[in-house]
Amino acid sequence: MGASVPAYLPNLSTAPCGWSMMASLCLKLPASGAATLWKDRRSNMTEPVLTLSGISKSFPGVRALHDVSLELYAGEVTALIGENGAGKSTLVKILTGIYQPDAGEIRRNGQAIQLPTAHSASEHGITAIHQETVLFDELSVAENIYLGHAPRNRFGMIDWKKMRHEAQLTLDSMAAGIDAGAPLKELGIAKKHLVAVARALSVDAQVVIMDEPTAALSQKEIEDLYVLIELLKEDRKAILFISHKFDEIYRIADRYTVFRDGEMVGKGLIKETPQSDIVRMMVGRSVDQIFPKRETAIGETVLEVSGLSHPTEFHDVSFAVRKGEILGFYGLVGAGRSEVMQAIFGMTRPSSGAMVLDGKTIAPRSPADAVEVGIVYVPEERGKQGVITGEPIFKNVSLPSLGKTSRSGFLRMAEEFSLSRTYTERLDLRASSLSQNVSTLSGGNQQKVVIAKWLATLPKVIILDEPTKGIDIGSKAAVHEFMGELVAQGLSVIMVSSELPEVLGMSDRVVVMREGLVVDTLVNDGLAPETLVRLAAGIVEEQAA
Amino acid sequence: MTDLASTGRRLPDRLDNPLKSAVMSWESLLVLVALGIFIANSFASPYFLNAWSLSDLTFNFAEKGLIALAMALVIITGEIDLSVASIIALASTLMGLALQYGADTPTLVAVGVGVGILCGAFNGWLVTGLKLPSIVVTIGTMSLFRGVAFIILGDQSFKGYPKDFAWFGQGYVWWVISFELVLFLVAAVVFYILLHRTNFGRRVYAIGNNPTAAQFSGVRVDRIKFVLFCLTGLMSGIAAVLLTARLGSTRPSIAQGFELDVITMVVLGGVSILGGAGSIIGVVLAALIIGLVTLGLGLLNVPGIVMSIFTGTLLIVVIALPILWRMMRERRA
Amino acid sequence: MNRLLRNRELWLALAILAVLVLVTTRFPRFAQPSNLLTIFNDTSILMMLALGQMAVILTRSIDLSMASNLALTGMIVAMTNAAFPAIPIPLLIAGCVVVGAALGAFNGILVWKLDIPPIVVTLGTLTIFRGLVFVISGGAWVNAAQMSEDFIQLQRGYFLGLPVLSWFAIVVAVLFYLFMTRTQQGRAIYAIGVNPVAAVYTGINVGRTKFLAFVISGAISGLAGYLWISRYVIASVEVASGYELTIIAACVIGGVSIAGGSGTVAGALLGALFLGVVNNALPVIGVSPFWQMAISGAAILLAVVLNARGERRKGRVILKKAEGVA
Repeated sequence: MGASVPAYLPNLSTAPCGWSMMASLCLKLPASGAATLWKDRRSNMTEPVLTLSGISKSFPGVRALHDVSLELYAGEVTALIGENGAGKSTLVKILTGIYQPDAGEIRRNGQAIQLPTAHSASEHGITAIHQETVLFDELSVAENIYLGHAPRNRFGMIDWKKMRHEAQLTLDSMAAGIDAGAPLKELGIAKKHLVAVARALSVDAQVVIMDEPTAALSQKEIEDLYVLIELLKEDRKAILFISHKFDEIYRIADRYTVFRDGEMVGKGLIKETPQSDIVRMMVGRSVDQIFPKRETAIGETVLEVSGLSHPTEFHDVSFAVRKGEILGFYGLVGAGRSEVMQAIFGMTRPSSGAMVLDGKTIAPRSPADAVEVGIVYVPEERGKQGVITGEPIFKNVSLPSLGKTSRSGFLRMAEEFSLSRTYTERLDLRASSLSQNVSTLSGGNQQKVVIAKWLATLPKVIILDEPTKGIDIGSKAAVHEFMGELVAQGLSVIMVSSELPEVLGMSDRVVVMREGLVVDTLVNDGLAPETLVRLAAGIVEEQAA
Repeated sequence: MTDLASTGRRLPDRLDNPLKSAVMSWESLLVLVALGIFIANSFASPYFLNAWSLSDLTFNFAEKGLIALAMALVIITGEIDLSVASIIALASTLMGLALQYGADTPTLVAVGVGVGILCGAFNGWLVTGLKLPSIVVTIGTMSLFRGVAFIILGDQSFKGYPKDFAWFGQGYVWWVISFELVLFLVAAVVFYILLHRTNFGRRVYAIGNNPTAAQFSGVRVDRIKFVLFCLTGLMSGIAAVLLTARLGSTRPSIAQGFELDVITMVVLGGVSILGGAGSIIGVVLAALIIGLVTLGLGLLNVPGIVMSIFTGTLLIVVIALPILWRMMRERRA
Repeated sequence: MNRLLRNRELWLALAILAVLVLVTTRFPRFAQPSNLLTIFNDTSILMMLALGQMAVILTRSIDLSMASNLALTGMIVAMTNAAFPAIPIPLLIAGCVVVGAALGAFNGILVWKLDIPPIVVTLGTLTIFRGLVFVISGGAWVNAAQMSEDFIQLQRGYFLGLPVLSWFAIVVAVLFYLFMTRTQQGRAIYAIGVNPVAAVYTGINVGRTKFLAFVISGAISGLAGYLWISRYVIASVEVASGYELTIIAACVIGGVSIAGGSGTVAGALLGALFLGVVNNALPVIGVSPFWQMAISGAAILLAVVLNARGERRKGRVILKKAEGVA
């Protein structure tokens, strides 16, 4: 835990696991485990636990991986870095036995192994904690931890009592504060991550893959996760850490491997490599400025929300957004920001409160109503709520504008194509044609399709919910620059984001929410990150000092 | 940093040749199957190639085909309606009841069609208003609608429909061209335009591919689904008029098992049971294929129950073959 | 306490009890133990079938072919018995289970290896299996006179005061319960219904697990084939025609979610019992049996409305003051 902790972070006592738990974790290890631990420590530190060499994988029409190599070392975190579509997820699927490589070799402790199924991967001590936590909502926490390797009684039947007891022990050793008997669906996303980590511990894995584990977490939850990662390192696990975020890579990784377009383009020690070098390897070009500065004249209030309330999700939310303004919404994940936005967009019905758009009271009962009055929403869950997967780009873009492109209800394809072309080209969409299926596009390009779809409706207010979550640096910059362009043209932008640099770099004003309430609205005039984090986490001044 | 303004790239509309994709489509496979069965039939029975027996063909599929047209849209949105045959039973029973009170032909038709729409609206309300899964809802209404018919009729039957009413199910518009066939063809054209040429149809596909994203894109998902259930009810009501007129009597067990035949037609026609894909041309071809098989086997005096083996096998084989073919190609690659 | 109130099985049991009490107030003989046992015995076959269907529904699939499977296996066993009366009945029963399982495996293979949606596969086999009944029997019936005495009488015997048929249901239910809650495969059936993607990452073979569920529903259908034929002592093409929907109805009423992953053995059994009690009560209170169909339809709708009420997401609970209320 030698990494330096930024000053604005809450003190460690708020983390779910304290220092004392490390000892308990070691105590928990069975005797044989302790022996292995000791042996591992003595063995040459530079021998990798897992070695991949010459791995290639192709899909019809796509070369996902070409001759890549990767080494993972016990007690070290190796960051796997690359833009979306660089082949990281394919590699994870090969390591977890979901895909079979076309060529190449995987060695564990020097011995070649095969991973024909997900089961064989876990038998070889490889386990993964996924981006979208893949667990079972309807099952209990204990069963989530032990599914597939549950303790049995002497009749070969699952021993529920023992399973629950051992699950509780593991959770307690992490100071997770989770009841092993509770149904998983009652837990929040951060706690679900802890369950996933507990599962990794319970299978006695030697290799733990973390596929963008922080993508859905708030700053505080991320800090908690870092502590857990340190614990896993102490426990001599080899960790593969996949991330887009440079601050966290530099914070916790020991080594890095960079992929670009399915090839390995660089690897080394984090300590010895400046960030700019890695960025260059990643994109094959240099990115000078992630958050473009812009100057816009801010006009009159366009949308005013007052006293918006919902029985369980948020209470008395009031704010106003003006013409040409980017209004940031910051808070921990689960603070109710998306819920407020979805109520404004007509997805859910607020119990009280008023919305005034351009001087007229509105009460959208469905997204269709909201779009009609000029409010559009770019959702966080791109694949589920953003793009119509399985349909081509032009049908996605024209869908909300069919009223404009058609004549008395009959389709006019030529109009649809020209509309789609106008807006996708403004966003520099990378695709082979307008008829390309959106599900074959990268996350960043899908996001561009969603934004193009809304721009074509000529909205007044555009709400962007985590607009750059999980998209690569190149697209991220394009989205940021485009947001600047939008407000310059007189649109109002509401941006929900959990990424501090994004919020601070883009917003004119910032609304901070906590537990369903607006705690403050601040003008972003050299706003300090500490202020936002403290407000969002609810830390009182004296404690933080 | 990429320069937004200066990229002179132009995205083409499409890359593949539309003609090539039309030739390689599911519909062309169905045309081949239909031709094959047609040729096999003409060899198997000397009575097959005759205008009147070919005309009989239409009675084999027109009523189910009419429902299949609407059902295709329902299935494309990812829903299903298992209650269509029971709607026929209820509509037919209430027509019979109206007859007992001296209703004339126009009233009978209005009752049949009206009951159909109301039943469809009830399904639609349960699915969209109460947000219930359509498969369970329509299993329930399937029992309920036919159950009401049983309560009204018990083991009795209604007979004595007027002569001019019988024309709907037995009449010919011109020479061997039956009213049922004409109605089916007109409905097919209407549904083709609705699904493939209008905003409504485009939204139907969007809902089937991703209902959540469709709603987030401003599509009024519930309204469209409700309309589709009403439409299926309407077509079932029309089918009830035709079938009752053709049989000349109503029993509560009328049209038993129709729902499965209709769904078989739709799926055979290339509509994905998972939603999001399918075409009206495919459904029309599938209806024709099932009609041809039924007629051909009928001419060979094969009993109906054995024909169902053919239909069932056809359903599975036609779905399985392309999958097997793809798997073999992937294995070789 | 809160969890108890949300317990679906409890409510269903109360509903059954309410029907019993209601009928008994008018017709006291209805609640006599002997009559209750008769109802249980009458419902035994449906209960077993509902369990088989539940296994399939849990995996986000559906088996529409169970009734046809039952009819086909039933016809095969009846004809075998008529032709070779010497074959001992336990062997015939084992044969039924194997034949039924094989038919189920046919469904399962198509779902597993070719990834054809289960509703399409079983829609096809629904008609194929029933057509085969006609093919092997030539449309003829096998009646009581052609069946051996043992074949008919086995399930009518008594053991510990209960008919053997009821014991079949009890044993199947106990084995099924143990399988679903205490074995890796049983839990896998739940897991792939809850989250198929997560199941793959957990090392569960989703396709093979679905296959297993279809084999189970097939095996139970096969067993039910013998029990049905020997109970109603007639084997024909029409046997159990349309019964697949009654089986699904029992599951739905029992709270098995058609979306997969959620449902209990007790629920499915109670769902079947509810239909059994209602069907037995109708003639007693003098309602025409023609009301049966409409009532079970209404019961399905009511059950699914109530289930949805219980499952409906009330949104996330974010506000502190709303915690514990929702």
